[in-house]
Amino acid sequence: MKARFQVGDAVRVADRWPEAGPARCHVRTPHFLRGRSGTVERVLGEFPNAEELAFGKPGLPKVPLYTIKFRETELWADGGFRLQDTLTADLYEHWLEGTHG
Amino acid sequence: MADPPLADPHRHDDHDHAAAAQAQMVTHEPSPEYLLLERALRELLIAHGVFPADAVGRQIDLTDSRNEARGAQLVARAWVDADFKRRLLSDAKAAATELGIDVSNTPELIVLENTPRLHHLVVCTLCSCYPKAILGIPPAWYKSREYRARAVKDPRGVLREFGTALGDDVELRVVDSTADLRYVVLPMQPAGTQGLSERALAPLVTRDSMIGASLPRSPRNEYKPRP
Repeated sequence: MKARFQVGDAVRVADRWPEAGPARCHVRTPHFLRGRSGTVERVLGEFPNAEELAFGKPGLPKVPLYTIKFRETELWADGGFRLQDTLTADLYEHWLEGTHG
Repeated sequence: MADPPLADPHRHDDHDHAAAAQAQMVTHEPSPEYLLLERALRELLIAHGVFPADAVGRQIDLTDSRNEARGAQLVARAWVDADFKRRLLSDAKAAATELGIDVSNTPELIVLENTPRLHHLVVCTLCSCYPKAILGIPPAWYKSREYRARAVKDPRGVLREFGTALGDDVELRVVDSTADLRYVVLPMQPAGTQGLSERALAPLVTRDSMIGASLPRSPRNEYKPRP
């Protein structure tokens, strides 16, 4: 599976909440990043899908994984941040949407 | 429950179920039921030949043999050897293997370099992912819900509590290890230690400095020459 995004691309984390549904699920996208916008910091390669590995499945095909960088001041209303402060998280491609930013 | 996002209060209703489920899973001490369950499962796995009884002891020994001295060795080498530092930053597992550190069968590893303008702080908000192959067993505070919540939304406050003062012009980058990679911080070499040997530098590299919570020790108090 070819990586859809490259370093520097603006992306948005999907605002999905599968935990709120009836099906059992395992999700590696933190709540506080859902619906938030960031940029691709690193393309990490392809990894078995952790959301399936958690249920004893092979997690194939592998999915591209990225380090996404966010501005802390855009994530939190008040955290004593400096404008330049950032946060990164490693997110699987199916949680990312392209933006025109 | 974990602290909800502050900037978007409308989200709270969406994940009450998830938060409740999560709260249920997290306890401070293993309950007697889980201890019993662990023992029953272990004995069954051994009885069915999934692994031999002595494998448990061997794994415990292996886990205990891993500690932050390995990370300190990597950092000290990187401080004295620029070529090694480049290799460490581009392929940490290969660099660790060079120094005889066994990182086979462990997750991918990335080393993050602190500079005068950039300071990294590592956290795992989802659980307690930690570079065990390099740093050993994580400290209790790293696994605490308080650290995991505050590291992302009040990291400068957390650093202050560790006695770590960052300049206003430094970018603080919180690194949430949410997936398949583990992160180790390469701290800056303390001032006044240029010219020291790798052996003299390694004891200055603390576990917390490789998480990014604090800075390496300063050698001043360790071996001040007598006048």
